[in-house]
Amino acid sequence: MSFPWAKQYEPTNAVTKFLDEKLPLPRLVYNAVGAGYPVPRNLSYAWNFGVLAGFCLVLQIVTGVILAMHYAANAGVAFDSVEHIMRDVNWGWLMRYAHANGASAFFVVVYLHIFRGFFYSSYKAPREMIWLIGVTIFLLMMATAFMGYVLPWGQMSFWGAKVITGLFGAIPLVGEPLQIWLLGGYAPDNAALNRFFSLHFLLPFVIAGVVILHIWALHIPGSSNPTGVEVKTESDTVPFHPYYTAKDGFGLAVFLVIYCAFVFFMPNALGHPDNYIPANPLSTPAHIVPEWYFWPFYAILRAFTFDFILPAKLWGVLAMFAAILVWFFLPWLDKSPVRSGHYRPLFRKFFWVLVADMALLFYLGGAAAEEPYVMLSQIATAYYFLHFLVILPIISSIERPEPLPFSITEAVLGADDKAALPAGSAA
Amino acid sequence: MIRLVGILTGLVFAFVALLAFVTGAYTFFTEPTEETAEHAFHMEAHLPTGGYTFDGLAPQWDVAQLQRGYKVYKEVCSACHSMNHVAFRDLEQLGYSEAQVKAEAAAWQVPGIDPVTGEANLRPGLPTDYFPAPYANNTAAAAANNNAIPPDLSLMTKARHHGTAYVYSLLTGYRDPNSYTNEEGETLAQAFPDSMPGTGLHFNPWFANLNLAMAPPLHTAGQVTYDDGTEATVQQMSADVAAFLTWTAEPSLVDRVRLGWMVMGFLIFLTILAYLAKKSVWSQLKTRRDD
Repeated sequence: MSFPWAKQYEPTNAVTKFLDEKLPLPRLVYNAVGAGYPVPRNLSYAWNFGVLAGFCLVLQIVTGVILAMHYAANAGVAFDSVEHIMRDVNWGWLMRYAHANGASAFFVVVYLHIFRGFFYSSYKAPREMIWLIGVTIFLLMMATAFMGYVLPWGQMSFWGAKVITGLFGAIPLVGEPLQIWLLGGYAPDNAALNRFFSLHFLLPFVIAGVVILHIWALHIPGSSNPTGVEVKTESDTVPFHPYYTAKDGFGLAVFLVIYCAFVFFMPNALGHPDNYIPANPLSTPAHIVPEWYFWPFYAILRAFTFDFILPAKLWGVLAMFAAILVWFFLPWLDKSPVRSGHYRPLFRKFFWVLVADMALLFYLGGAAAEEPYVMLSQIATAYYFLHFLVILPIISSIERPEPLPFSITEAVLGADDKAALPAGSAA
Repeated sequence: MIRLVGILTGLVFAFVALLAFVTGAYTFFTEPTEETAEHAFHMEAHLPTGGYTFDGLAPQWDVAQLQRGYKVYKEVCSACHSMNHVAFRDLEQLGYSEAQVKAEAAAWQVPGIDPVTGEANLRPGLPTDYFPAPYANNTAAAAANNNAIPPDLSLMTKARHHGTAYVYSLLTGYRDPNSYTNEEGETLAQAFPDSMPGTGLHFNPWFANLNLAMAPPLHTAGQVTYDDGTEATVQQMSADVAAFLTWTAEPSLVDRVRLGWMVMGFLIFLTILAYLAKKSVWSQLKTRRDD
């Protein structure tokens, strides 16, 4: 679907005419990310992160496929094969650092993309499906990143795998057999490493497929925008190309500057030194921490230290999964008819409290499991659940939103000719 | 309905988290945590005075220093520590010629196979060989070292926080636990008699749990005779071997940063072009209200 004023693809020469008849791929691209996709004219740079996430996915697949040509998924030689890539493979160090920091960059832009969605309530009708698919992509990314981090078979790889797969052991009755089945043994070893490599290679392509669904679902209602007011007329939109290809191009260049600063000047800043020690099942690291992008959820996992009816460990596991699964229900928890946080004074305040809370959880997840960090993470965890499940539904009932502009055009230009129509006729 | 279930779920999770908080806080305030020896005595790693040529944003290898560091590794560290990821051919990066590398490799005995009998033997090394390990396996390494396996040194400066500074600080950090005082003016012997080094352990405030199995490896000035005439103080030898191990851990460091600046130059140029392109495209469109 598209707006009636969307530009139509017109093949101009014999080749494109031939293609358009037999396999209209250029038409598909034209309508998806070309001049045939009308986009609200008022998108800020907060709308840049989807394109950046897509770029990161391609970057990870390209560097990952090259790394896989030189990596050996065997517990006996995996660590050495990574060092072989770093030292002997031409540009191997660049591929590995690009891939390791690419994972971090992917999560940075995806977190920003998600928080854009929180602030502008991008999950609301008619975009619920885009949101549901998006949360699915995030879950797939977490699984992929977790398994990827195991592959170098360093100390954090091994112990991270042991802790995370150990979580399944908290499930009553089936927990332990499930854990053994997932690992192919009692502890992470060659069987686990091999299946993680296989899945780590597969899942990015699954993600690519789900991203196509994400974009497809986006093209049904079209992009949201900072006012949250739906597109009404042609003057509300501009064609994606050249307007947003140019704007996203600038955003991409800025992103690349920051990303390359990490790759070339501080490639190990986001990693943990212990992962340069080969995996040793007999020696436990002093602090087992996952990669930084899992820290908020790791903090939530560790916050549950009290056996209340259920064992504390099971509470932690349930809460960690619930912390992400709750995002699936956002379209139905937040019933405010107004989307954008710009017009929701109360919601806006709590949004920033959530940002502070998440920032705190990020910090606490990376900190040692000792006081006062554990106490702080318990408070931050309580707020996290209260925010999404209690505060958000209540705000949407009691809040009095500020007046919305009539249209995107009015928001941008101060006046909209169509706004002179009798009230109610346009909406 | 979904909101009702949601609110109840949220309240349950928040309640259990706060319950954990209350019990945790109660324990925290009623049972004060005891001061540990590690907390009272462990020191942050520091670089030698003057720093290194490979620090910062315009790194260079000091080839003479790397050669000195290699000599320290060869004559001291290699007695117990392997360096599995480094090959003799890599030494060309330290300014040695092909012939020198060949001669250097031949001076080491590496495990081989007798071409006639097929039995395991030792043969002179080739440039393509990796540095041989001092022990046949971990069991032998543990047996010879009071049950503490000397770790491989190839990646040591990347496998510890502030690796280069850590190696330098550790090598120069052995102290007498009876006389060394921390910032509080206490000695380990007074404050934590239970944490005094046991048999075969050595006190070193820069080591994570204060007592390590390795005896001070660099203990006497002139222990290594430098070919370039540099005075071989313990500080100098420690600084040199820390530099060498920085190179073994990250041989691409200097090339990486140099390439990084070229990439940055290109990307900043690209960013300016992209900005101008964006401005030019959007200039035909009114994007801001006049009032």
